[in-house]
Amino acid sequence: MEYSASLLPLMPEIFLLGAACAILVIDLFLSRETRVYTLGLSLAALVGTVVMIYATAGSDQVLFNGAFVRDAMGDAFKAAMLAVTFFAFIYARHYLVQRGAFRGEYFVLALLGLLGMMIMVSAGGFLSIYLGLELLALTLYALVAFDRGNPQGTEAAMKYFVLGAIASGLLLYGISMIYGATGYFSFAGIAEAVASGQADQKVLVFGLVFVVIGVAFKFGAVPFHMWAPDVYEGAPMPVVAFLGSAPKIAALAMAIRILHDGLGGLGAGWQGWEGMLVILAVLSLLLGNLVALVQTSVKRLLAYSTIAHVGFILLGILAGEGAGYTAAMFYAVTYALTAVGAFGLLTVLSGKGMEARELHDLKGLNQRNPWLAGLMLMFMLSMAGVPGFVGFFAKLYVIQALLDAGQLGLAVFAVVMSVVGAYYYLKVLKHVYFDKPITQAPIQGGMDAQLAVSVNGLALIYYGWLPGALLAFCQAAMGLKT
Amino acid sequence: MSADWPILTTLIWFPIIGGLLVLFSGERAPGVTRWLALAVAVLTFLLSLPLWTGFDATTAAMQFEEKVPWITSFNIHYHLGVDGISMPLILLTTFITILVVIAGWKVIQYKPNQYFAAFLIMEGVMVGVFAALDAMLFYVFWELMLIPMFIIIGVWGGPNRVYATIKFFLYTFLGSVLMLVALIYLYNKSGSMEILDYHSLKLGMTEQILIFLAFLAAFAVKVPMWPVHTWLPDAHVEAPTGGSVILAAIMLKIGGYGFLRFSLPITPDASHQLDWLIIAMSLIAVVYIGFVALVQQDMKKLIAYSSIAHMGFVTLGFFILFAIMANPQAHGGSVLGMQGGMVQMVSHGFISAALFLCVGVLYDRLHSRQIADYGGVVNVMPWFALFMVFFAMANAGLPGTSGFVGEFMVILAAFRADFWYAFLAATTLIIGAAYTLWMVKRVVFGPVGSDKVAQLTDIDGREALVLGSLAVAVLLLGVWPEPLVKVMDASITHLVQHVANSKL
Repeated sequence: MEYSASLLPLMPEIFLLGAACAILVIDLFLSRETRVYTLGLSLAALVGTVVMIYATAGSDQVLFNGAFVRDAMGDAFKAAMLAVTFFAFIYARHYLVQRGAFRGEYFVLALLGLLGMMIMVSAGGFLSIYLGLELLALTLYALVAFDRGNPQGTEAAMKYFVLGAIASGLLLYGISMIYGATGYFSFAGIAEAVASGQADQKVLVFGLVFVVIGVAFKFGAVPFHMWAPDVYEGAPMPVVAFLGSAPKIAALAMAIRILHDGLGGLGAGWQGWEGMLVILAVLSLLLGNLVALVQTSVKRLLAYSTIAHVGFILLGILAGEGAGYTAAMFYAVTYALTAVGAFGLLTVLSGKGMEARELHDLKGLNQRNPWLAGLMLMFMLSMAGVPGFVGFFAKLYVIQALLDAGQLGLAVFAVVMSVVGAYYYLKVLKHVYFDKPITQAPIQGGMDAQLAVSVNGLALIYYGWLPGALLAFCQAAMGLKT
Repeated sequence: MSADWPILTTLIWFPIIGGLLVLFSGERAPGVTRWLALAVAVLTFLLSLPLWTGFDATTAAMQFEEKVPWITSFNIHYHLGVDGISMPLILLTTFITILVVIAGWKVIQYKPNQYFAAFLIMEGVMVGVFAALDAMLFYVFWELMLIPMFIIIGVWGGPNRVYATIKFFLYTFLGSVLMLVALIYLYNKSGSMEILDYHSLKLGMTEQILIFLAFLAAFAVKVPMWPVHTWLPDAHVEAPTGGSVILAAIMLKIGGYGFLRFSLPITPDASHQLDWLIIAMSLIAVVYIGFVALVQQDMKKLIAYSSIAHMGFVTLGFFILFAIMANPQAHGGSVLGMQGGMVQMVSHGFISAALFLCVGVLYDRLHSRQIADYGGVVNVMPWFALFMVFFAMANAGLPGTSGFVGEFMVILAAFRADFWYAFLAATTLIIGAAYTLWMVKRVVFGPVGSDKVAQLTDIDGREALVLGSLAVAVLLLGVWPEPLVKVMDASITHLVQHVANSKL
């Protein structure tokens, strides 16, 4: 790694920040009719940022005294998040217009949240990770409460804010402990201090516990998952599509940066962080799947299913460097793609004055619109891990990595839990295919959103049959970690 | 057709693409949809015929092979090929699908495009299961098969369809994820996803037993074997006629096929060690499930239980060879049981399909499957009665029908292993005759049961065509099984020799 004096490696972030500010100003001069330009500019900003990432890609570089790392892993994570957000933006337009909430702030806030995630992904130390995390969290709180007229949204935002603040506090506390033990904020420095054996092991592990709690909260892993179902239920649908997808990718990057780059040398098993991760993963798989079984709200069901998927991602991290991290990244990226699509589809199904939030709102979808029903089938089966859809390969790689690491018990537990999970995905499909519709009202979702959700669904099939390119993408990203 | 024509790829993807066309043909012109579906099914069958004519029965090697890298970083290949075991099952699949399309011609009024598309896609996927030589490709097709069936039972099924279809899906899914773990274990061990590489992979005893049990979880559910058979009666009863036919005729065979392709050759020592378990489960299926079938009030349930009993014969035939080899008095004959099992699979494919179609004919007219609602059908539907009685006889194992050949071969093989095995297996001839013929007696014969029965109309040309072609197949296989036996002889002999060698 070389230290860089120029700001060139930071160009994607600078571009995105500039774009967000510019859009905020331009939006002031747009009327209700021309506001669609805001969306167009936001999408252009996303594309531009991806272009910037690839235009300035090169050897690994470290900026700001190690606070910011530009490497292949970060680039890949950022590109994946930008792609997922692209879909989330398109899904939002029609929904917001119908509710009279199509305002420029929505996209600006989301872009700033994305900037926060990009900083998290590229963080080289605890300070920058915390900065990125807070930027993301604050924008998400605002987005959750974006529909001001909806008391549920406000309640969800309050809960999210309070719990998020506690988690931030715990994380900061842990960071201070680790700083106290090692004298460094940057992960490289911490790793060096840990490796030298000079640092006080007790203080380190004590701090580590709190840091892991912070990461687990961001993931929504059990037992730090309480915010997820309430936030999912209360937030506007397109916001859920955004906060349920891209931040999971960022959380994975954050976990790898902290746990591998920073504290990887702590030792395996119960001395290090692996024991804690086993508990988090097992509990997430168990509780997420079991509680999802009895949900009657699709949003809550998918919230609990997210918790279960997080369990799988954590298992990938557990499986270790190389194959394990690659599997975890593949899982996170494909899960984000599936989740954004599933919530996007629910956004399309939500009409004026009605939200497709309960299971019975999906009844008889196959009679009302067979194509959208087919898309729901793709999303649900991909989440269930049925072959032919990309979710299968995601699970396959994680299990393969686990078996390679000799974790037969965890692998069997994970696949059995995915059978439990299959039940509630089938329950959704039961409402879509086997029940009679309770309304014949035409589906009003905008054409742009319908087109995007179709592309999103077909992407799951495409990668379900030809996962090679995506896998190579993840492997290249983890190239350094093998 | 040139020699390097990728026939297996065509057989997998042609019906799938055809099915998608049928799906997108929409609901406005059901006539076009039906004819398109039929055309695809018939063309697929015609395209599958070169498999039979071009097949070299003298070798056990894989034929019509195709191999393309698929996911290189995991060494997964798109590798297809057939031997004497899988080839007849592929033909069975393409043949039965035509009948299913014809059988659903008039009955299916609700979204016929989705109905026919589901069957055509499933046809391609099932051919894929039989043709796959790469473990991951096999697994992908194996699971994919569940989706169309899930939809078919759930959308066009009976009143309790949701329960039945979710039970069906979850049962099969649970079994197969354990198989997935076993396959990944084998991959980690060998670095290859080729099924044939696994055949020669050395494995320790503990490993073998665990892998065997994982495979057993997948295949026993699919066959289904007692005690994991309970999804089958539910699924059969609730499924539309076409769904029942595909389930009984082909899906159950995939479980049996799995034993031959995976369990026996990959874990021969564990198979040897645990053959008592399979034999016991098979005999329980044959005897106990036979008695269960006897007391059924619902025709479809009765045939479903009879399927379980008949599939018990198949698994008995597959796993009897260790006992035969261990018996010093037996002179050869270890091939016989396995061949009998294979013949029984094909024969049961015809007979169970025919019986479900017969019930379907009655159900379309009276909307009841209860035996008690019928009686004296022969008086109003003489042609139908002819077919029904014929297939019932075949189901009971009457000599001259295909049902006899397989059962006879398996019983003969069982005799060489142990008299009591054969004795218990042979009781099926009595129990099977009892439940099948008693049902026929109550449904077909006797005085006309009710006014509704009196108003029944006999089968039309379409139904006669379906039942007639199955009757020809049953008779042909019954009096002249030689071609089928010959085609699979080399492969089965090779398999038996392979299994006889310990891997330890």
